[in-house]
Amino acid sequence: MHIIVCLKQVLDPEITPRYFKLDPVTNRPDTSESDLVLDSFAENALELAIQLRDKTLGATVSAICLGDESSDDILRRALAFTANQAVRVWDDDWEDLDGQAVGYILGQAIKNIGGAELVLTGYQASDIEEGLVGPVLAEELGIPCITLVSDIEIDDDRVKATCEAEDGCTVVGVQYPAVFTIISAESNVPRLPKVRDIRLARTKPIQLMEADDLELDPVRSQPGVKLERAYVLDREVACEILPGNDGAELANELADRLVALKLV
Amino acid sequence: MSKILVFANQQGKSLSSGTLEALAFGRRLAVSSGGDVEAVLMGPAAESNAKEVIAYGAVKAYVVSNPLLAEYQVDLYVDSICTIFQQADADVLVLSFDRIGKDLVGRLATRLGAAAITEVVDFKTEGSTQNWVRPIYGDKAYGEYSVTRKKVVVGLRQKSQELAISDVTRTGEIIKVDYKVPDEIILTKLIVKIQSALSDLRLEDAKIIVSGGRGLGGQEGFQLLQSLADLLGGTVGASRAACDAGWVPANLQVGQTGAVVAPDLYIAVGISGASQHLAGITNAKNVIAINADPDAPIFKRANIGVVADYRTVLPALTEKLKQVLV
Ligand SMILES: Cc1cc2nc3c(=O)[nH]c(=O)nc-3n(C[C@H](O)[C@H](O)[C@H](O)COP(=O)(O)OP(=O)(O)OC[C@H]3O[C@@H](n4cnc5c(N)ncnc54)[C@H](O)[C@@H]3O)c2cc1C
Ligand SMILES: Nc1ncnc2c1ncn2[C@@H]1O[C@H](COP(=O)(O)O)[C@@H](O)[C@H]1O
Repeated sequence: MHIIVCLKQVLDPEITPRYFKLDPVTNRPDTSESDLVLDSFAENALELAIQLRDKTLGATVSAICLGDESSDDILRRALAFTANQAVRVWDDDWEDLDGQAVGYILGQAIKNIGGAELVLTGYQASDIEEGLVGPVLAEELGIPCITLVSDIEIDDDRVKATCEAEDGCTVVGVQYPAVFTIISAESNVPRLPKVRDIRLARTKPIQLMEADDLELDPVRSQPGVKLERAYVLDREVACEILPGNDGAELANELADRLVALKLV
Repeated sequence: MSKILVFANQQGKSLSSGTLEALAFGRRLAVSSGGDVEAVLMGPAAESNAKEVIAYGAVKAYVVSNPLLAEYQVDLYVDSICTIFQQADADVLVLSFDRIGKDLVGRLATRLGAAAITEVVDFKTEGSTQNWVRPIYGDKAYGEYSVTRKKVVVGLRQKSQELAISDVTRTGEIIKVDYKVPDEIILTKLIVKIQSALSDLRLEDAKIIVSGGRGLGGQEGFQLLQSLADLLGGTVGASRAACDAGWVPANLQVGQTGAVVAPDLYIAVGISGASQHLAGITNAKNVIAINADPDAPIFKRANIGVVADYRTVLPALTEKLKQVLV
C-alpha cells in the first residue's frame, strides 16, 4: 500500500499580531520576524500516515510538497518522521498559485509517481485556509474524498474514516484509492522525531519534479483567483481596564458593571 | 449581468441558517451586478422549501427529485448541483462553506472548470466584475481576490452575513428536475452516525458564553467557569489550547476551526486572544477578558478588561452575582 501525504510550508500561524506585516507591493507577509513551518493539519496528516504505514504490512509513505527550495525543511521533517520518500514539485515560473492550481499540479505529480491507495492532506492550511487542495485532488484523480477526518482504519479493500459532522461525528466507509483531509485529534498528535532519525533525514535524497517532468495543461495550472489587495486588520477596541487592588475588589467592580450594562 | 445560483441546503425540514446567509448574499450580489438569483434544492423537503426560497428573493427554484437525494451524499450532490448549474447556465454558484460546503466547493469548481474562492465574507464591485473579500493568515488580514475564469464557485464563511428576509409577495418559478443517478458514482457510504454527547446548549445559539483557555491550568478551572455559566444561564466554551489539553471536549472549541459564536456576552478567561480564536467571536457584542498578563492581545478585542489571576476573581465574582441575581 502506498500512502501519499501532501505537505505545505506556511508562515508560523502563531506569530504575534504585532509582528505580522504585509509587503504592500507583493501582498505577501514579511517573513523576517517569523518562521516558516509545516502546516499544522498537514502535520496531523503526516503523523496519521506514518501510523497507518506502521500498522500495514509492506506499506510505504511518500511526502510531497509543491514549493520552492525553502520547503525542503518540511520534507526533511517528514523524513525525520520516517517517511520513506520525499518529493518536491517546483518550477520557477509558478507564482501565486491558488488551491485549485496546486491541486491540479499535485494530481499530475501523484500520477507521475504511480499513484497511491491513500492520499492524505490537511483540511485547511493555516495561511490562506482555502480548504481546497484535498477535494480538488480527488476530482483530478477521479477518486472519492472524505473531508474533516480525524481517524482512519484500513479494513481489507475498504477504509473506515471517522469524520466530523455538524453535531458529533460519522464513520464513513470508502473503497480506496481515496483522498482524506485530516483535522487534529488526540490520536494524530505529531510525534517528536528521534534525534537519530533527524540526523538520518539530513542525508536522505529529496526528489525534485519540475513542470517539464509533468504533462501540464497550461490553463489548468494557472490560478483561478488572484490576490489584488491585502490589508492587515485593525479591529482594536478601546478596552476599559477595571480598577481594583485585589481579586475581591475587581470581582465587585466587574459584577456591578455587568449589572449596569444589563448583561446578566 | 450575471446569473447567481444558490445551493439551498436543508437541515431536517427547514433551510439551514447558512442557506439564509447565502440567499441574502446572492441577492445583494444580484442587485449590485444587475442579475438574478436562482436556487437549487433537493431532498424530501425541497418542494415545500421552494416557495420559501422564492420569498427570500430567488426568481427560480430548481427542485431536484430522486429518492436517493433524501440524505446528503457527497458524490451525488456534486453531480446533481453541476447538472443544474449547467442547465441554468449560471455564472456564480454560492454556497455556505459549512460542513457540506467544505466537501463541495473544490469539487464543484474543478468539475465545472470554474474558479473557487472560500471563506468569503464580502464582495466589491469593480466596473463590471466582482472582487471577493476574505480573511487570510488566521484572520490577521483581509484579501481581495479577482477571478481569472468565466465562472466562479463561492464558499461563504459561516455567520458572516445577515440572514435573508422573507417577503411572501415575491413570485417566482418552480422548476422540477427529474435527476437520473449515474450508478457508478456512489463511492462513499455512511456506516454509522454518532451524535455528540454534549448538545444541551449549542454554542452557536448561546447568549452568554464563559470561555476558558490554557491559563486555567486544568480541568478544575473549568468547574469554576461552569458554575458561573450555570448562574448566568449561559454555557462554557474553550480555546483550542484547552481542548487540545483534553480539559474539555473538542466541541466546545471557539474560533476559526471551532464554533463561530455571536453571544451578547463573551467572558474570556485565561485566553491570550490569538487571531484564530478571535475569528470565532467577531460578532460577540460584549467581550470581557480576565487575564493575568496586561499585554495579552485579548485586551485589544475586549471592551472590559480585568488584569488578574482568575483564581482570585472568579469565585468572588460568582458569589457577588449570586447575591445580586438570586
Ligand atoms: C490552523 C489553526 C487553527 C486554529 N484554530 C483555533 C481555534 O479555532 N480556536 C482557538 O482558540 N485557537 C485556535 N488556534 C490556536 C491559536 O493560534 C492559539 O494557539 C490558541 O488560541 C491559544 O489558546 P489560549 O489562549 O488558551 O492559550 P495561550 O495563548 O497559552 O494563552 C493563555 C493565557 O492565559 C493567561 N493566564 C495564564 N495564567 C493565568 C491565570 N492564572 N489567570 C488569568 N490568566 C492567566 C496568559 O497570560 C495567557 O494570555 C488555531 C491555530 C492554528 C494554527
Ligand atoms: N503547496 C502544497 N504542497 C503540498 N500540499 C499542499 C500544498 N498546499 C496545500 N497542500 C495540502 O492541502 C491542505 C489544505 O490546504 P489548502 O487547500 O491550501 O487550505 C494542506 O494542509 C496540505 O496538506
